Amino acid sequence: MSTHGDDEKGGVSRRGFLGGVAGFIGVTAVGSTAEATPVPKAEIYEASGLSKLTLQVNGRTHSLLVEPRWTLLYVLRDRLGLTGTKPGCERGECGACTVLFDGVTRYSCMTLALEAEGHEITTIEGIMAGEALGPVQQSFADEDAFQCGYCTPGQIVAVEGLLRQNASPSIDEVREGVSGNLCRCGAYGHIFKAAMRAAAMKQVS
Amino acid sequence: MSLPQFAYAAPKTLEEALALLAQHRGDARVMAGGTDLLLKMERRKLAPAVLIGLKRIDELRYIRFEPEQGLFIGALARLSDVVEDAIIRAKYPAIAHAASRTATVQIRNMGTVAGNLCNSSPCADNAPTLIARGAKVELVGAQARSRWLDLEKFFTGPGATALAPDEIMRQIHVPCPPGGSAAAYQNISARSKVDISAVSVGVHLTRRDGKCHDARIVLGAVAPVPMRAREAEALLVGTGMDEDVMRASGEMAAREARPISDVRASSEWRREMVAVLTRRALRQAWDSIASAHGGIVNR
Ligand SMILES: Cc1cc2nc3c(=O)[nH]c(=O)nc-3n(C[C@H](O)[C@H](O)[C@H](O)COP(=O)(O)OP(=O)(O)OC[C@H]3O[C@@H](n4cnc5c(N)ncnc54)[C@H](O)[C@@H]3O)c2cc1C
Ligand code: FES
Ligand code: FES
Repeated sequence: MSTHGDDEKGGVSRRGFLGGVAGFIGVTAVGSTAEATPVPKAEIYEASGLSKLTLQVNGRTHSLLVEPRWTLLYVLRDRLGLTGTKPGCERGECGACTVLFDGVTRYSCMTLALEAEGHEITTIEGIMAGEALGPVQQSFADEDAFQCGYCTPGQIVAVEGLLRQNASPSIDEVREGVSGNLCRCGAYGHIFKAAMRAAAMKQVS
Repeated sequence: MSLPQFAYAAPKTLEEALALLAQHRGDARVMAGGTDLLLKMERRKLAPAVLIGLKRIDELRYIRFEPEQGLFIGALARLSDVVEDAIIRAKYPAIAHAASRTATVQIRNMGTVAGNLCNSSPCADNAPTLIARGAKVELVGAQARSRWLDLEKFFTGPGATALAPDEIMRQIHVPCPPGGSAAAYQNISARSKVDISAVSVGVHLTRRDGKCHDARIVLGAVAPVPMRAREAEALLVGTGMDEDVMRASGEMAAREARPISDVRASSEWRREMVAVLTRRALRQAWDSIASAHGGIVNR
């Protein structure tokens, strides 16, 4: 069923507007000291049911239907098929789910998909240089900066975010910059080296 | 993260947010970065019917310094904004440092200083320095009712604050640093740098005529709420802040602390660390006053 012409096929837009105190609209009595406050209207996404959402991911616009409780991690992987972003702890402790939000790193497991509207999201898939590996990806390969590779997409996105803020970090700044990304295989030494190499590569290109 | 169902409201003004909060009294919760709140919901410790996202309320996103009044940190200023703010780094370095010691890069890019306070964890990294610096918080309720509270009085227990159910913290105010003053923050966790603090200490010292004129010592993670170590403070006032005085003050702070043993550390270790960190923070703050005034470091 579609309530509005622009809804996605089969979807129901439940994004409504919730008024504050609807009964008081426009009852300003002349000379009254009690000021009639305009009814606040906030966008509200209902708990059960799907709301329409537009996401900008890796330069592409996606329209989809989401529940308020869905995380960005879930939506990226299970709704948009962008499985490069990994679920690890799903409680903000490991960094496997790291994405860029307007170029700044954050954990997608603790971000509601709804909060991502209006922001440019970049995932590991989005930091390729066309079909080729991006500089950070290439330096991870060159430095063997992984063993099992599970933490790697998150590490690469964290380094990408760091280098966008600080193009030539010191080794301590690199350590700090990836301190929100755990590696169970303990490839840290190589990860730090890869980050330094990526900084150098980016400076050249 | 599997969350219980909730409706999500995205007001664009503080007024709208307050109206929603009043309307859903007791059944709604405001969310800033969500780094504490979503975890509690995932663990089903909280299950609000409505989440009121503050993110789109641009009027709450600021860090402002007024030369006469001091620093104002809006509710949406993220931890990373405070870490990077040029004026905070220059005039309130201990506040920037405490924010930089909170969680990880990603969490600092998401979480707010106000959220860190409103969550009221006894080990919240931003509380001790702000209290030591004499911060106040502004709480606003429906009909634009506003009140200012000393941050020290804001915390009422672990996870509990003076916020009424219909109130939102609008901002944090930190007075101008008095001449000849400095603050410092020291924290330690049992494992790594990114782990939650097992003990933390924020101090603020004012020097006059070479002597300690005013001292504030605030301990984190060693009591149900961040606490002043008033007897330890009293030992410092009027002294020249030599090594023995600072050590005695640290030991007094350790006696005043009321630490518990938990997964992070034993109470005995915490007490010892209070003495050590207090001494270090005092030394650091005192030395930075001395160097800022071109004085000879008073060892
Ligand atoms: C992995 C991890 C590590 C962490 N490490 C640390 C650490 O080392 N040190 C530390 O101190 N903290 C740490 N935290 C806790 C957390 O990141 C901080 O407390 C953070 O600053 C909370 O801010 P927020 O904006 O995300 O708050 P939210 O989660 O949005 O809110 C927290 C609480 O405050 C309320 N609230 C938020 N803003 C307002 C407001 N303006 N008015 C009224 N109520 C409000 C919410 O309703 C909620 O109850 C960590 C968290 C995680 C997940
Ligand atoms: S999955 Fe998000 S931090 Fe671990
Ligand atoms: S390479 Fe295996 S977890 Fe990092």
